[in-house]
Amino acid sequence: MFQIRCPYCGPRDEPEFKYGGQAHVAYPADPEALSDEEWARFLFFRDNARGRYAERWNHAAGCRRWFNVIRDTGTHEMVGSYQVGEQPLDAR
Amino acid sequence: MRRLPDRGRVDHDHRVSFTWDGRTVEGLRGDTLASALLASGLRVLGSSVLMSRPRGVVTDGVCDPHAFAQVGTGDATEPLVRMHQVECHDGLVAESRIHRGVLPTGADPDRFEKRHAHCDVLVAGGGPAGLAAALAAAEQGARVVLVDDHPQLGGAVLGEDLILDDAPADHWVRHAEERLRANPDVTVLTRTTAFNVGDQGAVALMERVSEHLAPAHRGGRALRRLWQVRTHQLVVATGATERPLVFADNDRPGVMLAGGVRGLLHRYGLVPERCVVVTTNDSAYRTAIDLVGAGVEVPCVVDARPDPSGPLVQRARDLGVEVRSGCAVIGTDPDAEGALAGVRIVGLDGGAEEAVACDVLAVSGGWDPLMDLHHHVGGQARWDAERLRFVPEGTVDGLRLAGAAAGLVGTAACRRDGHLVGLVAAEATGFGSAADGPAVPAADEEPEGAPADLVVVPGTDPVHAFVDQHRDVTIAGVERALGSGLHHVEHLKRYTLVGTGTEQGRTAKVNAGRMAADRFGLPFAEVGVSNARPPAQPVTFGSLAGRALGARFDPVRTTSIHPWHVAHGAVFEDVGQWKRPWYFPQGAEDLDAAVLRECAAVREAVGMMDASTLGKIDVKGADAGAFLDRLYTGVIGTLKPGRARYGVMCKADGMVMDDGVVLRLADDRFLVTTTTGGAGGVLDWMEDFLQTEWPDLDVWLTSVTEQWATVAVVGPRSRDVMAALAPDLDVTQDAFTFMQVEEAVVAGLAARVARISFSGELAFEISVPMTWGLALWEAVFAAGQPFGITPYGTESMHVLRAEKGYFIVGQETDGTVTPLDLGLDWMVADKEFVGRRSLRRSDMLRDDRKQLVGILPAERLPEGSQLVDDEAFEIPVPMIGHVTSSYESAALGRPFGLALVRRGRDRIGETIYAPLADRTVAVEIVDPVIFDQEGARRDG
Ligand SMILES: [Zn+2]
Repeated sequence: MFQIRCPYCGPRDEPEFKYGGQAHVAYPADPEALSDEEWARFLFFRDNARGRYAERWNHAAGCRRWFNVIRDTGTHEMVGSYQVGEQPLDAR
Repeated sequence: MRRLPDRGRVDHDHRVSFTWDGRTVEGLRGDTLASALLASGLRVLGSSVLMSRPRGVVTDGVCDPHAFAQVGTGDATEPLVRMHQVECHDGLVAESRIHRGVLPTGADPDRFEKRHAHCDVLVAGGGPAGLAAALAAAEQGARVVLVDDHPQLGGAVLGEDLILDDAPADHWVRHAEERLRANPDVTVLTRTTAFNVGDQGAVALMERVSEHLAPAHRGGRALRRLWQVRTHQLVVATGATERPLVFADNDRPGVMLAGGVRGLLHRYGLVPERCVVVTTNDSAYRTAIDLVGAGVEVPCVVDARPDPSGPLVQRARDLGVEVRSGCAVIGTDPDAEGALAGVRIVGLDGGAEEAVACDVLAVSGGWDPLMDLHHHVGGQARWDAERLRFVPEGTVDGLRLAGAAAGLVGTAACRRDGHLVGLVAAEATGFGSAADGPAVPAADEEPEGAPADLVVVPGTDPVHAFVDQHRDVTIAGVERALGSGLHHVEHLKRYTLVGTGTEQGRTAKVNAGRMAADRFGLPFAEVGVSNARPPAQPVTFGSLAGRALGARFDPVRTTSIHPWHVAHGAVFEDVGQWKRPWYFPQGAEDLDAAVLRECAAVREAVGMMDASTLGKIDVKGADAGAFLDRLYTGVIGTLKPGRARYGVMCKADGMVMDDGVVLRLADDRFLVTTTTGGAGGVLDWMEDFLQTEWPDLDVWLTSVTEQWATVAVVGPRSRDVMAALAPDLDVTQDAFTFMQVEEAVVAGLAARVARISFSGELAFEISVPMTWGLALWEAVFAAGQPFGITPYGTESMHVLRAEKGYFIVGQETDGTVTPLDLGLDWMVADKEFVGRRSLRRSDMLRDDRKQLVGILPAERLPEGSQLVDDEAFEIPVPMIGHVTSSYESAALGRPFGLALVRRGRDRIGETIYAPLADRTVAVEIVDPVIFDQEGARRDG
């Protein structure tokens, strides 16, 4: 059971949260301008690397805010959390 | 074994009486089930799982491969309970089922609790290392939790004759315990096992709260308590366990681990009559020394080493114990019941076998640190080829091993290590400085000689020599697996089951790995052992579930009208967490009869339904319309206040996600309705986009599902009912049109009325604050009596909507169906919305996609029936679609349904087939709208 730091509420247990997949995958600004392949890349392809990974979490049973977490997928180390709109380098 | 009157930690003055296999056995207070049975003279506990060989107690702790029993009676019975953890009490009932238990069939009458806690340092293990670690950390100021799975603290000290600070080690243990218990920041949990370590310091503990007491003395307390502790630092001081040696008939009752024999003496005062010791290392000499000290005959210590020396060896010799160096035990001989009567000793460099009589053989093949908790979080271990044991390799954040669990030997050395680790753990948590901490206790220990590298005694009969006694795996079994090409220890484990036992194979895994290494001529370090996985000790499902059972398992949601449904005999259906009336049987009606009656009433007169469970989301703000336009396939923003519109939402992949009617209540306010089961998901979906994609929009979302009760009044006479209920509301067609929303007083209640229909009939949906739902319902029911108003449930609702070709999310759709597949082209507006781009992906443009059609089968089909092209077919046959909905229609007087069929819309009028188990049914494809195709009934 992870302990996840909500940037708004502080550290809480994983059952309070909902997972949201890889972070920084924006919904394309102009989907109609994309080829089928480009659109499929957005829809179906996500990184699956061992190591540090930026991912989205929602504090569903708390403040209900979405935020981002850097997690090491190999060690499950929670490197840091940051708000939507911030960049990973801001993670503390 | 025999009980000495003045030895052990049992209370010789307090007898307890319990039942074993139906007969009464006496033990002493402080006995475990295992020790009491041994004291009663019992040697054979039961028979082995595959080969039905007699098996007995092997050691004094939970690593014992055989000491399992069925404990308790009736529905409180538990299988495979560790006998060394069962404390004897009056009235205890246990049965000999050492490898296969029985599960109760009824609900568990025992109660289990859960507790959450936080601490700075959690110490697992209350032996010298754990006690020292807890003391050091606590005295630096850290909040400490110390857990130990025994009733008393002390660990190995309880089972050995050890000296610390020139006094019996007990003295120091009691002193340490007093200091810990006096510290308000320390929680000491005995009878508690740390069985799982998760991420970020999550440690799961199982505390045996009252199960060691007779039921009458439990005082209403829970049997066990699951602790979920979040700790900053975890100190693993779980000790070590002894390895057996592999020789013929090494599974005979009476063949025990040497440390276990000492433990039985020091904990319970139990001794053999005549005990041979066989070893590869110095530690087992303690067994000979302690037994001789207790007056037991020890004919010899059989040592595989050619030239054993060192202080322990010398002490044994000084006591007159013969040391047979360079020898091993190659086989054992049985008595009449199959228990040990003697051993056969052989020289490792040849020579004749020699038989020696004994009732216990104390075996030591070395020691394995218990590092399970370290392994749970990815901690590694390295094989020390000189000392022949695993030692931890590298570190895991927040976890430190201490004492014997870290590979150390010797009481003082373990205490010293625990002290240092405790200081470091406290410092890591922000308490004190390890360098300036309290003085480190000394560690002057008797040095031990190098061990002999022996697993299998050469010349051993492979068919009767057991590598894993719990799983009945012999040398021959391991050889067969290795010879079959199962070279990896994980494959070996799965093929032979070696190491998979209830005791987690603690006496088997290392020996199996070393045999594999020998066989392939590889260093054991390269072969290793199979992974240790949680739980470190078995836990029952009941104790994990705690009180989250039955009504407490999941919330049950009911509307304010629910009591009426119950009082009127509704049969309920679970929709998500909601209880919804499924149908309202009258008299002896079954589902089908009730539904035919309910549907006919709606089509011919008027029905009423509790629609309160539909999801409702209040969407407010200047940009609310623009926001909804981006999510729905259709246009919502142009809706005028006081009007409603049906909408469909897609996921980004273009597949239908949810649908419902959107009401515009004001310029800046919408009420979105969702499916009953989809409400939470839709709100999450909206919040996600609002927060992460469009944070600039001025929109506020509020779930109001439970704030409004809704009663649907449906059917050609619904206007009459409404006129009676709301005399001030003009419900004529010209004044109140389809999809119009009005605020009105209905039955004296402030209400919102909307002309929404999910049946094709004239219909009004009346919403009032949830508190008034029942009052509204009763008023509608009363006002409808002159018109024969009929309450109906979800099944009739489904039939009525299917007759009109209306799909249900999750029934007609399954995450692979687009709005275009459903024939909703008219709902897909020429504007950007989530998922729109997906609708022209090449796969969506395929001309053979499955499309929603109506079906008229020759008989009512099971939902999910497969559809094929030809009546005469041979398997395999291409499946061209499947039945999504299937009902008997009162209005049509025949069975009908909906289906997804390849190119279905082009095939209307054709006949396809549904193969059932024993016949094939002809199915005519028709337009999805089967009833009232022109929509004449909508306005009454
Ligand atoms: Zn939060």
